[in-house]
Amino acid sequence: MLLDLVSIISLIGGLFFLFVGTFGLLRLPDVYNRLHATTKCDTLGAGLVLLSLALQSSLAVGVRLGLLIIFILITNPTAAHVIARAAYKTGIHPIISGRKSDD
Amino acid sequence: MNTAGILDFSYSLGAILVMLMIFLSMIRALAGPTAPDRVAAINIIGTKTLIIITLIARIYGQEYFLDIAMVYALMSFITTIGIAKYLEKGALD
Repeated sequence: MLLDLVSIISLIGGLFFLFVGTFGLLRLPDVYNRLHATTKCDTLGAGLVLLSLALQSSLAVGVRLGLLIIFILITNPTAAHVIARAAYKTGIHPIISGRKSDD
Repeated sequence: MNTAGILDFSYSLGAILVMLMIFLSMIRALAGPTAPDRVAAINIIGTKTLIIITLIARIYGQEYFLDIAMVYALMSFITTIGIAKYLEKGALD
């Protein structure tokens, strides 16, 4: 019963963070701001939803869901870093306090 | 309604909500002004698809969908790295 309650709270928290990440992807003005919003929110949201599923399942399924959580925690920031690096090297300058350029 | 029914309903509703978020992310993937915007949106869509696959594995009670989810996560990561490297260098070497 307590496990079910923790699972539902974790699911609702994960869906909230996924929605915040999507909202940031739609509303923020720059590619770096969008990456800043979506990467952390999606990593935390996916981790919470998978934790909510892992609390409800058997040991074998729980181990696989834990491996998926670790994989997401490794790959999602790496992908965001590579995208931001590619954006900077192709000449997209970040918006800093009203200025259009950082040089 | 008992707690198991509430949990099943919650997971089904969560899968539908994540699907709607995928459609919202698709707006940025279609209308993004630069190419890294589109790559970021597609990376986010891949993560959300992974969540939907695991939720469907719970709803239908099929354990082997989790293996599909692992392979999907790996393919999504490699696709993002490949497209970003192509944008950066102009070639895939």
